[in-house]
Amino acid sequence: MNASAGRVRPITVAILAMGGEGGGVLADWIVDLAEHGGYLAQATSVPGVAQRTGATIYYVELFPQSAARAAGRAPVLALMPFPGDVDVVLASEFMEAGRAVQRGFVTPDRTTLIASTHRVYAMTERIALADGRVDTRALDEACRAAAKRFIGFDMASLAEASGSLVSAVLFGALAGAAVLPFPRGAFEAAIRRGGVGVAASVAAFTAGFAAVVDGVPTPAPEPPAPETGIDDPGLRARLAELPGAVREVAAAGVARLVDYQDAAYARAYLDRLQAIVGLGDARLADEVARQLALGMAYEDTIRVAELKIRPARFARVRDEVGLAEGQVLEIAEFMHPRTEEIADTLPAPLGRWLTRTRWARRLADRLTRRGRTVATTSIGGFVLLRLVAALKPLRRRSLRFRREDVSLASWLDTLARIAAQDRALALEVASARGLVKGYGDTHAHGAAKFDILMQLATRLLGRADAAEILAGLRREALADEEGTRLGEALRRLEAELPGHGRVPARGPVPEAIH
Amino acid sequence: MAERSFKQEVEKLRLGAGAEFRGEGILAVTKALLQAGVAYVSGYQGAPISHLVDVLNDAGDILEELGVRFESSANEAAAAAALAASVNYPIRGAATFKATVGTNVASDALANLASGGVTGGALIIVGEDYGEGSSIMQERSHAFAMKSQIWLLDPRPNLPSIVAAVEQGFELSEASRTPVMLELRIRACHVTGSFTARDNVRPAYGLKDALERPHRDVSRIVLPPASYLHEREKVEQRWPAAVRFIEEHRLNEMFAADSAEIGIVMQGGLYNNVLRALELIGLADCFGDSRIPLYVLNVTYPLVDAEFVHFCAGKKAVLIVEEGQPEFIEQAVNTILRRADLQTRVDGKNMLPMAGEYTGAVVREGLRKFIARYRPDLLALAPPAPVAEAGHGAAARVADAVHARPPSFCTGCPERPIFTAMKLVERELGPYHVSCDIGCHLFSILPPFNIGNTTMGYGLGAAGAAALNAPAARRAIAVMGDGGLWHNGLASSIGNAVFNRSDNVIVVVDNGYSAATGGQDLLSSAAETPRRATGNPIETAVRGVGVKWVRTLTHTYDVARMRDTLKEALTTREPGPKVIVAQSECMLNKQRRVRPMLRARAKAGERVARERFGVDPDTCTGDHSCIRLSGCPSLTIAPNPDPLRREPVTRVISSCVGCGLCGEVSHAAVLCPSFYRARIIENPTAWDRFKATFRAAVIGWLQPREPREARP
Repeated sequence: MNASAGRVRPITVAILAMGGEGGGVLADWIVDLAEHGGYLAQATSVPGVAQRTGATIYYVELFPQSAARAAGRAPVLALMPFPGDVDVVLASEFMEAGRAVQRGFVTPDRTTLIASTHRVYAMTERIALADGRVDTRALDEACRAAAKRFIGFDMASLAEASGSLVSAVLFGALAGAAVLPFPRGAFEAAIRRGGVGVAASVAAFTAGFAAVVDGVPTPAPEPPAPETGIDDPGLRARLAELPGAVREVAAAGVARLVDYQDAAYARAYLDRLQAIVGLGDARLADEVARQLALGMAYEDTIRVAELKIRPARFARVRDEVGLAEGQVLEIAEFMHPRTEEIADTLPAPLGRWLTRTRWARRLADRLTRRGRTVATTSIGGFVLLRLVAALKPLRRRSLRFRREDVSLASWLDTLARIAAQDRALALEVASARGLVKGYGDTHAHGAAKFDILMQLATRLLGRADAAEILAGLRREALADEEGTRLGEALRRLEAELPGHGRVPARGPVPEAIH
Repeated sequence: MAERSFKQEVEKLRLGAGAEFRGEGILAVTKALLQAGVAYVSGYQGAPISHLVDVLNDAGDILEELGVRFESSANEAAAAAALAASVNYPIRGAATFKATVGTNVASDALANLASGGVTGGALIIVGEDYGEGSSIMQERSHAFAMKSQIWLLDPRPNLPSIVAAVEQGFELSEASRTPVMLELRIRACHVTGSFTARDNVRPAYGLKDALERPHRDVSRIVLPPASYLHEREKVEQRWPAAVRFIEEHRLNEMFAADSAEIGIVMQGGLYNNVLRALELIGLADCFGDSRIPLYVLNVTYPLVDAEFVHFCAGKKAVLIVEEGQPEFIEQAVNTILRRADLQTRVDGKNMLPMAGEYTGAVVREGLRKFIARYRPDLLALAPPAPVAEAGHGAAARVADAVHARPPSFCTGCPERPIFTAMKLVERELGPYHVSCDIGCHLFSILPPFNIGNTTMGYGLGAAGAAALNAPAARRAIAVMGDGGLWHNGLASSIGNAVFNRSDNVIVVVDNGYSAATGGQDLLSSAAETPRRATGNPIETAVRGVGVKWVRTLTHTYDVARMRDTLKEALTTREPGPKVIVAQSECMLNKQRRVRPMLRARAKAGERVARERFGVDPDTCTGDHSCIRLSGCPSLTIAPNPDPLRREPVTRVISSCVGCGLCGEVSHAAVLCPSFYRARIIENPTAWDRFKATFRAAVIGWLQPREPREARP
């Protein structure tokens, strides 16, 4: 026996996938392909996990029948991939490709890594309060560094276009990569023998094959920045005066506010922005332009109703659900306006009366205890929303408007005061405004956290590490909904800052928030 | 029946002599049972042996032809107890279940069976669920074999070896009058391969013969004085008989190459990976030729002293490759060699880790260490070390970008809204102690729900909260599935709570299937099947054991109702356990059932309405609180199309099945108005079309002029 020289070795293929992506079918295709192509094949899997969306590995080994015949014996094939001994890794998603790298299955001496670069976000990424997505550049770099050859492109969109699954595109890419000793026709034959959803699978297979052989169809370049559609020449002129770096965001802000209210409102926006732009700090101006526009275009019932009934919105829904010719679409909204939202929409004095008058409040509470399902495609539902949207001219007199206006003014005040002394801290103060978002309790929690940070910012002013501390607190504020982590951080801070003055929140922050 | 069809697999069971059987390991076992002439098979489903149960469930015709009875047992104890049929009669029978969790439940029956011994061959097929992908505590079935004197087979993981082990298992059982356990690891159950089939055998002595000519032997019953006799019989007669059989029939295999002064002993199930590791080190080829002698234990209990003495004689050291802990085999080998006064060193857990799966990398590392100690010269032959190390830089680089992706509730799962409701109750009333059970609902312990304190076993959800009954401001909540309830929960959890005047709240998730194990039917399943009695309501059962406060909710997606019912249960003054039966069909199985039906109807031109949800990206502010209350795989995130915002928006992808939870959550939790429900009507009727046209006309007339900025 000569163990080291000229030995026949199996071809090893690992498939990293999640439940419901057809990883099992892909393994079956490869087995079938091999068995019809003069190879022995063995596949293993741990399917229990796969069925319930977990990440899982299918593993296939192929061994030439001729060699087995010559030896007069069946080869002994492994049941799981060995790090450093995998010829082909197929990953149905980008993070799974990263997992293959992490587990050592992808090595530069031998592994062809074929992966779809689309993302199926992990739970941790999806439940983040802000942006919890991982850095795909790190995945890309790692895949390139670890693999002998890395073939990666968005296979999910190709699969969707052909009405199939990523697995079929992967199979096509595998054929295109020409790493297995079988011709393209043999791959297709395996799909046909499988007998399920053949037409769609073959279409997806063909797309995957072509993407590898002819190169990935590069997506059309990003459309040029959208025409802002600002008709008002006065606004255009004022935008043109802004420094280049701020102009883009400010233009988006102006467009938003014209749409949200009117040109006068947009002018008010530019007026407010002017003071910050005047400081000559591009990053700060950009952040304020962004946050100020969002703050001024807060989401109220009027805005929501208006957005829900637009023709463009109907078209978007039709598109998203893939409505075919001859099908009928009905759309229903889930709304739960409470007494607070109703009072907010009313003219300020009336709104205040509603929240302060016991019987009226109780009546409104009772009427709004349950959420409403509004059928926007029915005449009744549409008219209801149309009427709410028609309240737009009254918005500037509403209770909510008054409140938001005061809050924004105070924020800008603080900002200006701090910017005069500490630019970095000012930038943090600007960013902190992003905590205020959402509806109902979410909005209340965010606003409470924001208020705490604002009070603290003023007190921290003068410290060299003020911006750093505030940035850290903002991260903590985004760590959980209730503000538990923020509360802990504040208590730690309090302990660290003897004699510096009490931080605003003592005791658990949730109480401070509610 | 389970909503998945196993027709194709069932057909394979009919293959005759000489035909090639291709398929997974666990199906090969199923076929081998029929070839071995079993008269009955009993089983409780669970990965990785669910397929065996599923296929036999669907194989009614074949079983009838052969006169074989299949029992879809209530639990593993029931499955093991069925082996009693082999005590008095020369009937071969098999029981199957999952791993140590099944063996735990079965051990009452198994111990009794093993004490009295058997006449007909009795085979227990255990799917060992250890290592990656396992869902249970990491223990060894080995201990059960040792404590009860049941022989343990652990064959090499290829189909011919597995099939041979079934046949030999019955023979060994009959030769030693002892039940035999066949242990198959999770990958061995699912490994694909082929073997040459033999004809199925109709049992010569059938169940009918036993029923019509009953026979009893009081010395086989576990009562004194017979029980004392049994113990002696085990060690004086059955054990030696087993050892003799194993030796004579060479159940264990030695692949002894030129003497290398060292040798490797392994459990049969680890053979393939050990061989691959040797091959990578350069000391074996792919056909099993090794430069180091190998001793493969296809029978891991009892060990054959003589074989060990033979294998170790003249060797400096042997390495025992034994997965899991404690290291029973290694300890036994030390005793054997000591008694034989052999000086061979025994290495094992000093070279390989005591705990954890023996993956390829682990085995390779252990072998390398062992060989380096005794024969470093052999390593010189090794091809350059694999470049896994070179990848390490890359591996470190992705550390932050690769998150764990544990299994979770499926899209549209009816169990999700139960936990959404619990979350909402928690927000109002504060946190509760929650005792969990076994089943899909256990995923509640993970994000986004983070609900659940302990899980003590199948059907033990409420029993796990039994002690937590005291005068207090809060009650404990227990969760249990319909699977757990019928497994033993009706007695251990519900009856126990009634009898002990528990004040706790018990949520029974009734999704119509034993969903976590693959969607098998249960006593309370809605599906009608010819061979099983279904349709027995859970509410009737729990009332039958004395529960007074029962609420059955037939639509779990109604979060507000679920929340209010939970609140009522947690606050009512009524004494005794409060049981909420939360009823909605398992979505995975429902989709399997309904989707093809709807597709066919749409194709035939019939009116079909389907629903799915969506999110308007321009009203979504990207705080994802909706996801934190759901976690549905169809509810994900996407880049924000708004140039002013950075946070990704929530997005519903096309896999949405329109279960309705998203809408209910926005209502109940007062979340945000971004969700919409789209109802898509295929093949609309003339009335549908008229309505749509009329509405569109009126709406178009009322619609405000499209502002330019709003256009996407």
